[in-house]
This record gives sequence, C-alpha cells and structure tokens, in this order.
Amino acid sequence: MMKYITRKFVTLIITLLLISAMTFGAFSVIPGDASLSRLGTEATQEQIEALREEMGLNRPITERYASWVFHAIHGDFGESLRYSGTTVQELLEDRLPVTVLLAVIALIMMFAFSVPLALLSVRFRNHWQDTVISQLVQVVMAIPSFFLGILLTYLFGIALHMFQPGKFISPSEDFWASVHYLIFPAMAIALPKGAMVIRFIRNAVLGEMKKEYVRTARSKGNGRDRILYVHVLRNALIPVITFGAMIAAQVLAGSIIVEQVFSVPGVGRLLVSSISARDYPVVQAIVIYITAIVVIMNFTVDVLYQIADPRVKGDQG
Amino acid sequence: MKKRTLFLNVMALLVSAALCGCGGSKSTEASEPVKNSSEAPASLAAEADTTAAAETAEPGDGGSAVVGVTHDLVSLDPHQSTDARTRSVVFNLYEGLVKPDPDGNLIPAVASDYEISDDAAVYTFTLRDGIKFHDGSLVTAEDIKYSIERYAEIQGESSAFSVFDHVEIPDEKTIKVYLKEGYSEFLPEITFGIIPASNPDPEKNPIGTGPFKFVSYTPGQKLEVEKFEDYWQEGLPYLDHVEFKITADSDTAFMELQAGTIDILDYLTGAQVKAAGADCQILEGTQNMVQGMFLNHTYEPLSDVRVRQAICYAVNKEEINNFLYDGKSHLIGSHMIPKLVRYYEPAAEDLYPYDTEKAKELLAEAGYPDGFDLEIIATTASTQYMDAAQIIADQLTRAGIRTTIRQIEWSSWLDEVYHGKQFQATVVGFDGSLAPNYWMKRYVTGSSKNFMNYSSEEYDDTYQKALMAVDDSEKAELYKRCQMILAEDAESVFIQDPANYVAVNNRLGGYQFYPLSAQDLSVVYEK
Repeated sequence: MMKYITRKFVTLIITLLLISAMTFGAFSVIPGDASLSRLGTEATQEQIEALREEMGLNRPITERYASWVFHAIHGDFGESLRYSGTTVQELLEDRLPVTVLLAVIALIMMFAFSVPLALLSVRFRNHWQDTVISQLVQVVMAIPSFFLGILLTYLFGIALHMFQPGKFISPSEDFWASVHYLIFPAMAIALPKGAMVIRFIRNAVLGEMKKEYVRTARSKGNGRDRILYVHVLRNALIPVITFGAMIAAQVLAGSIIVEQVFSVPGVGRLLVSSISARDYPVVQAIVIYITAIVVIMNFTVDVLYQIADPRVKGDQG
Repeated sequence: MKKRTLFLNVMALLVSAALCGCGGSKSTEASEPVKNSSEAPASLAAEADTTAAAETAEPGDGGSAVVGVTHDLVSLDPHQSTDARTRSVVFNLYEGLVKPDPDGNLIPAVASDYEISDDAAVYTFTLRDGIKFHDGSLVTAEDIKYSIERYAEIQGESSAFSVFDHVEIPDEKTIKVYLKEGYSEFLPEITFGIIPASNPDPEKNPIGTGPFKFVSYTPGQKLEVEKFEDYWQEGLPYLDHVEFKITADSDTAFMELQAGTIDILDYLTGAQVKAAGADCQILEGTQNMVQGMFLNHTYEPLSDVRVRQAICYAVNKEEINNFLYDGKSHLIGSHMIPKLVRYYEPAAEDLYPYDTEKAKELLAEAGYPDGFDLEIIATTASTQYMDAAQIIADQLTRAGIRTTIRQIEWSSWLDEVYHGKQFQATVVGFDGSLAPNYWMKRYVTGSSKNFMNYSSEEYDDTYQKALMAVDDSEKAELYKRCQMILAEDAESVFIQDPANYVAVNNRLGGYQFYPLSAQDLSVVYEK
C-alpha cells in the first residue's frame, strides 16, 4: 500500500508540472497580455512598456516559468496581475471555501435524489414509474445549465422569493445564510448531473442483471429485492464509483456557468475572468488546484474499488 | 397577474437569449421605431423627468443604494484608472481641481477658483478653504503639487499631459501650473483626483476628497463606500452607504435588478428595457461614445476613398439604431459626440444617406464591380458590437461586398487589432473626455491610437491649428472642419452615439447623466 501511495504521489507531481508548463505555454501563444488588458484603449506606449516591465512580462518565458515553479514549491503563488497589490493566495482564500461548500451541497443533493430514483427505476423497470423517471431524466439532461440556472432564479428567486438573486453572503460571515443561498445554485448543478447518474446506475444495474450469476441466485430461491440489493448492486458499483468521482471532480473544480448566473464568487468565475484579463498567476494557481482535485479523486476511486470489490488489490493497480 | 408577468419575463429572457445567439436576425421588429429627434437630445428629456420627480419628493438624507457594475474595476488609484467604466465608479471617491457637471461644464472642485493666462500657458488655481481629505486632514497645496506630478509621471511623455511643465506654489493657497506651450484644452486634463501626499498606497487605501469615502473592496465582487461627512458641498451626498456590486455577466446583473438586489443598472439593452418590470423606472441618456465600423486603410480595397464611401452608403445606420436601441441613439457622421455641442458638426451626419444602388455604382467605379471580401472583427466584450456587426454584414452583403464576421475576445482585440493593426474592419466604440482634441487626435498621421492607418495632410494641418487655437470659436470652427474632412474622406463608418438606458429602482431619485463616464451617486437620494 505504501508503495502504491508513493507512486500516486509521484504521478501527481509530474502531472502538476506538465499541466503548469502547458498553461504557461498557452499564455505565451494566445494574443494579448495582462498589461494590455489592464490599460485598455487609452494606454500610451510608455505606460504599456512600464507596466510590462513591472509585471515582469519582458523576461523570457523559461525564466518566468522557472521562477514561478520555485516560488510555487515554497507555497508562494505570487501577486495577481489584474488586481495589483492582491496576492493570488488572498483571492483564492476568498473563493475556495465558497466553491467547496457549493460542491458539497450539490453532491449531497445529487446523490440524495439520484440513487433512490435510479433504484426505483430499476426495481420497476418497464413499468410506468420507470418510464416517467426516464422521461424526466431525458428532459433535465437536455436543458443547458445556464438556462436551468436562469429558470431556477426566476422561479425560486423572483417569483417565490425563497432567496434573493445576487445577495450572496460569504460562509465566513454567516455560514447558514450562505448555505441557504447556495442551495439554489447547487440545485442547478445537481439536477443535470444527477440525471446522468440515474441513467448511469440504471444501465449498470440492468447490465449486471443479465449476467449468469443472477440466474443462479434466482434459481437458489433468492427474492428479486435480495438479488438486486445484495448481489447486483455491489457489482454494479464499480463503474458508478468511477462516474461519481468524475462528477465530484468536475463540481469541485468550480461550476463556471452556474457561478456566473447566480453570481456566486467561486473559483470558476475567477478562472474565467482571469483568463480574459490574462492574469496568469491566478490562472496557474487555479489550474494547479483543479489538477490536484482530479488526481486525488482518481486516487480515492482506486481506494474505494478495493472496498467495493476485495478482488481488486492496490498493489496490482 | 403575477404569474403572467413571470411568464412574460421568462419569455422575454428566452427571446433575448435567442437574439444573443443569432444576432442579426430581424424577426422581432422594434415595436415603435421612433425617429431620432435631433432637436431635443433624449437625455435632456430624461433629466427633466427626474427633476420633475424631485419636486414632488424632497430629497432626504440617509439610505443606501446598490449600483450594478458589469465590468471589473481596473484600479482604485485615480491616476491609474484608464478605462471609462472604472473612472465612472471612482468619480464618487475623488475630485480634481475642477470637475465636470451634468451639462459638460467644468466647475471648481478642490480649487475654489481658477484663472487662465491669456496665452493659455499658465493655469492658476486657488485652493478651496477648509477642504478635507477622507482621513480628516486638510488638503494642502503640497498635496496638489504631489498629485499633479505623480499623474504626469504615470501618464508619460506621449500623453496629452506631456504639455505639462512644472507646478509652483507661491503661497499655501495658490497653485500655478506651467505648461511648455499655450494649450487651451488643459482644463479637462486636470480633472483627475487629488490625493494626499502622505498616503503610501492609494491602490489599497484610496483617500480622496469626493462625496463618498472608501470602506472596503473585494476584487471582482464589490466596492463599498459611505457618506463623507465633511464633504465641501453642503447637503451632499444624500445617501449614507453605496455598494458597487460587480457582476460580470449583464444578464445576471439584470436578474438581480429585477430581484431588487441591484438598485441602479446602466447600459440596458432594448430587450431588457421592455422586461424591466414596474419596480424601476428607465431613464434614457447617451453612452457618450463614438460607435462605428473602423476601417484599415492599408487593406487594398479600403485604401480607395470610393470604396469607403460605398461602404458608408451601404450601411443603414437607422436600421442598426432601431434594432439595437429602439431608435433612441443619436446617429453621427464623424468622430465626435453630439453632447460636446460647441465642437460638434451636425452637417457630417447627412453625408451618406442609405443608398445601396449608389454604393454599387461607386464600387464599380473603383474597379470592384463584383464586390470584394471583407472581414469584420467584432469583440465578444459587448453584445452591442457583435449585434451591430451582424446587421452591417447583412447590409454590406446586399451591396455586393462579401462580408464575414470574426469574433475575438477583448484582450486579443487589443493586441491584434488595436496595437497590431491586423484587421480589415472592426466594430467598436470609443469614449473620451470633454477636451475636443481627445476625440480628434486619433486621426493624426502616425498617432499611436490611429490603428486605422489614416493619413491626410489636410487633416493633420487643420487639427494642429485647432489644437493651438486659443480663441474658442476659432477652435470650434477648425474642429468642425476636421470632422468634415473625416466624413468626406469616409475615413470609417461612424454610426452612432448609442442610447444608454439606466434602470433606477423606484425608491431612488435624482439620478443624473453626464456627458462623459461618470456615475454621480452624490445626487441620488432615497424617496
């Protein structure tokens, strides 16, 4: 197990280095830089030059990358180029808790409704319950998330006054008020993702049902429910865990569109605005965060596999 | 009834979303294509409206307001803020020696009086008695000297401020600004904020003399300010607390306006105006911006004046105006906003009436009987540019010019188009200041802002004379001539000064428009 963890850790480091180098490279290829986007159309040539110098944009890219890596290892992600005087750390400290809280609420919500509905759908497959659920899943999956967000805002915010759109309260100020607000954006994330989960579980379970051990189990006199919950579900769990982890990673990485629509100051919104402002220190830090989340999620999945199916051995993976 | 309005709102949103998606489709005709009235600028009517409201309800002290801001603030340091949107916000924190009023006049602010020497080379300001900074300290002549010198250094040698030579303070109430040469348009340049010399970090700890003082700033989220009790203008501001809420997405901001989270929101689209609901009133002003399709004169077909004129004839500005701004924009014909009445040349408006046949004739004459390829670059920074580009592309195609549109992001636009000059045509808008040269100097041969690569000896001469003229009426004549040269040369397609719709929550009154980027919250009050 120790060897396994070490190997995963090395993979994480290599992935982070590769990704950060790629992000750096991308920023040197795309047109525009932070000085231009900060100064706009009224800038004089001297102002641009002076700001470039101050931001260190005139140094060669390899030198900048090396110095970035050096500082990042020491936990210093530098200063934002767009908000001068604000460190990347300060910006992220503000937004990370929001994104994580939103993700946790969304994930709880998603599993809370998708797993029971999926089981219901399987239990009553080819009955009207299954048809209704499948149709609903179909519809929810087809709605683009920005539109779902707008719809939810209108319904719960403007018509039912259950929350006030835009009046987000940070969790450090009032935790429960923050949770209250985040329930609605979380819904916008949980609905489409949950619909996917329902569909995925249903297919996985039905696939298992066709296998021979099910027939064996039935011939031994096991009841339908017992087969479903004791035998099939466990075997169907592996692909579901993989899929669930993928979604969890996605949600933790920040839901750009939902954050935008509900004006939640999270990591996703910061990432988008930082890219358009060419604020590469901020983008770098967020990309590192997202990469780390994905790698850690994969690692968690591997561990969960072993719990779900003892035949899978960590050392072999 | 309630349900019905909700349904309507959702439908309106759907429609506007669809419009954003397919831009120039003309399925929804403007419900009332109002003709652009040239005799009464729209904003005056709006101002009259608000003053009428002010008479019924006496402005009272106290209260608060949330102002929606759909862009990021560049800097709170008044000498670093280069973009118009940021300046319109920090307008509430800082004041210059003089400041603009809603009619476009410059009125004394930190200075109580000023005097300009006959050759316009020495500007003498008298410091206002007892005026204080937000930290409670008195403004001194030293602070003013410091501010001017700091601003000059940040602006650099190639800015309009390069005429500045030095400052002298003969006594503690007098500030003399010496210029290298006579320059009668210097006053609008000196509207930047006066800040205390003792403040080491104006970016993080903004201190000024404006009606509101800084409370807190969360980058990308909000700027909070509160009433400055010692403000020099008696009785102002009315509000105790103002929050500038940054919501990058304009649709989201609009939703927050409807929910009552935001009280004041500017730059609404025509579709949003219709969906705004009964909780807020819509005021109508101008964006104080020259919106046009700017042409690159180094692109072969566009180097011929006849081709450029053909494009001008082929573009139906009225259609753009009706479609995007319900016909409330002011159509223009050169690079100047109508609000600068003294310098504006209305004759430039009528040079190219919409005439596709004439356009085709001119194209044939210029050797392009079958048209040519034209790529319009539109930035994704604003839907109004993209929408206008779509309509123009459609119109030019009708005149036989094979037009395509390429959308690029704002940062790329700045790099490729504005500084790199790699483009054929681009739709964009430029704002400016109260100084007429600010608008006109863009077209001088070799100017760093002349990304169109325009060059005309006659223009350069006229501009230089206008800039040097000390007599205002002579100056105005020359600037008008400059505008006519641009129009006759069909330098670019100057379309309009777009209408600016501002939604103000019914509980607030007193909102005023300025002829430049400024959102003055000091005159806003709770009813």
